[in-house]
Amino acid sequence: MRAGVLFCPVCGAVQGPGSMDHFARLGLAVGFDVDVEALERPYFALQRQLHPDRFAGKSPKEKALSQQQATMLNEAYETLKDPLKRGVYLLELLGRGVDLTACGTINDPELLMEQMEKREALAEATTGAEIARLLAEADSESVACQCHLSAAFLAGDLAQAAHLVNRLKFLTKLVEDARARKNRIRMMG
Amino acid sequence: MLLQLLEPGETPAPHQNEAPRAIGIDLGTTNSVVAVARDGVVEVLKGADGRGLLASVVCYGEDGSVLVGEDARNQILVAPDHVVGSIKRLMGRGLEDVKSLAGTLPYKMDSLAEGGMVRLNVAGRVLTPVEISADILRAIKARAEAALDGAVEKAVVTVPAYFDDAARTATRDAARLAGLEVLRLVNEPTAAALAYGLDNSAEGLYAVYDLGGGTFDISLLRMEKGVFQVKATGGDAALGGDDVDHAIAEHFLAERGAEPLSAGEVKQVLMVARLAKECLTHSMGGEWMVDIGDRSTRHFLDRATLDRLALPFVERTLEICRGVVADAEVEMEDIKGVVLVGGSTRMPLVRSKVAELFGREPLSDINPDEVVAVGAALQAEALTVGSDTLLLDVTPLSLGIETMGGIVEKVIPRNQPIPVGMAQEFTTYQDGQTAMSIHVVQGEREMVDQCRSLARFVLKGIPPMAAGAARIRVAFTVDADGLLTVSARETTTGTEAQVAVKPSYGLDEEEMAKMLRDSLENARTDMTVRLLTESKVEANRSILAIRAALVADGDLLDAAERGMIETAVAKVETLLAGTDREAILAAAENMENATKGFAEKRMDQGIRKALAGVSVDKLDGAL
Repeated sequence: MRAGVLFCPVCGAVQGPGSMDHFARLGLAVGFDVDVEALERPYFALQRQLHPDRFAGKSPKEKALSQQQATMLNEAYETLKDPLKRGVYLLELLGRGVDLTACGTINDPELLMEQMEKREALAEATTGAEIARLLAEADSESVACQCHLSAAFLAGDLAQAAHLVNRLKFLTKLVEDARARKNRIRMMG
Repeated sequence: MLLQLLEPGETPAPHQNEAPRAIGIDLGTTNSVVAVARDGVVEVLKGADGRGLLASVVCYGEDGSVLVGEDARNQILVAPDHVVGSIKRLMGRGLEDVKSLAGTLPYKMDSLAEGGMVRLNVAGRVLTPVEISADILRAIKARAEAALDGAVEKAVVTVPAYFDDAARTATRDAARLAGLEVLRLVNEPTAAALAYGLDNSAEGLYAVYDLGGGTFDISLLRMEKGVFQVKATGGDAALGGDDVDHAIAEHFLAERGAEPLSAGEVKQVLMVARLAKECLTHSMGGEWMVDIGDRSTRHFLDRATLDRLALPFVERTLEICRGVVADAEVEMEDIKGVVLVGGSTRMPLVRSKVAELFGREPLSDINPDEVVAVGAALQAEALTVGSDTLLLDVTPLSLGIETMGGIVEKVIPRNQPIPVGMAQEFTTYQDGQTAMSIHVVQGEREMVDQCRSLARFVLKGIPPMAAGAARIRVAFTVDADGLLTVSARETTTGTEAQVAVKPSYGLDEEEMAKMLRDSLENARTDMTVRLLTESKVEANRSILAIRAALVADGDLLDAAERGMIETAVAKVETLLAGTDREAILAAAENMENATKGFAEKRMDQGIRKALAGVSVDKLDGAL
């Protein structure tokens, strides 16, 4: 059966998820700009139809297919919801994969210096106010980076997009660490 | 039973001949609750005693009888070695886990059990927590069948969100042993949210704080237009009201001075401690008696002391709450409401601390003991009849694999929406390696020995290659029940290798099959034994009531009347030693008849006492 057909038109049985990219699965146009609401609407609507809770009384085969469908929907949703995961996925989809797991391989000396300075500043920050300031800074830089990333994808400049995804990866990690530090300080205080 | 009379032209209710319905079960550490939903309206099913709560306590008699509920709990004072409570704390646990809790759990472990699941010695039997939970579930099933007047075979069973894979599997196995098909394992806070969300049409981000007898869960959910989306969850599967009971018991025992205690005596002190804790929910202080060994001591406990004893446990829950809020990447201010679930949230200290943390008064307008079962019943109806609501839950703990040096490589991180499937590639580290041992663990820590071991298996048949050349793809799948399946294959050659999963702390299929066979064979005898036990308990209760009445109002009777009652009671008492249920029932009925006159005299006297001193005008006015 053609990919994208959820239920058999004859017997109504649920079909397998087939191979589809995450954008197509949720009925979205391929691109970096994804509106959270536009993502959630189809995600919830499809889960309503395909989630295993709808197949509790069905045959083992239908149960298994529904589980596969729901699993793929969750994967698509989780990937597209997160700007970093979305950027990486989009590059891959457009034929330019980046290996995010290869840590520390920054072949961009400027980015390396910048990130080292920021990490140092965070490590040296001791007061809640200082950490909050660094967090806000990292946060707004991350947002700015996402804007540039969007522009790069729109312009079809994949080399620039790959560079920005790399930068976003470090900024995201920085935001996470700053948030963790902030929470730890708040808990102690 | 009363006959139902219908209005002319009206037909009987349509549900009378329906297929057996699915129930919702909250299998709790201290109490269990069963409920059923019809068209979104939930009824908590009550037992013969009129109570919705069924004590999760089992008493195993010498004669092979099994008693569940309040009657079993009362046996703690008489035959503590025959009574098992709080078994949920041992679900899916290995002997090693329990050793770390040593001294805090009043159980007699079977020392012969090596590795694998814990086994308890109770009244000369060796039982697993799965079998003991199955006995509680059988009592729940019987209660539901009596209340619904028909067979019940399907259920939604709730588990703490923070239950790991082994504990979930153990819960599902227990239900299977009890003859229940588990439609879905639902996380307790999610079930509570379902009950709240549908009842109050709440929208926005809500926190569900669930502190039960032995487990703590905190879940953050977004509720919107029938969608219940769990954002993050956390907890501690071994933290609850029981811990407060232990702290109180230790406080009492410290006041008594050092003394050796049997497991049975520990249970007795714990029972006093629990009563004290419950009492201090409403009063500011009181005095309790600990009566064990040959000494009876009195202990004063006030609210401030209780709060001091309970504070470390409450603080621990708050710390977990902060972590979950951080995980969800939200601020406390974003949370629109906090729902309290679980009997332990009745403690005033818990309420005030939770209110302080979240900066708002928590909601508890649905009975915190029943709200989980209500949600489970709603979900049971949704799964069988259909529904517009959607529950999207998450993995509570990260799942991973042991790699070189005992380091954990995470395959599925926590707080991922389920069902979820993820895979990771591993490789060989020796030339010509043809097999690979795979150790599956669950937890947040980096090192294997700090995480929980779920299963070990060996992948065989890898074609000999240079070290690092093989590509072993290990795939993890977590289904909608939160249960994990692991598979592995070598991808460069496409060799699909056989995988045998041996659960670290579960029952293997063979053990499970044997237990199922035994339970079917025993089902008949179990039923007979249960009916006999119930009749005995009932008869004993009547005898106690009659004796009390004779002491209070024996002077209303003449010698002949009194003799008749005494004879009837003696007859029942003789039969209680035997196993003839019919004879016991007949004698008990005879005893009831023999006391009818006495009962009427007592009632008359009661009315006379009530009316004494009331003037005739007032009496006229009242009439």
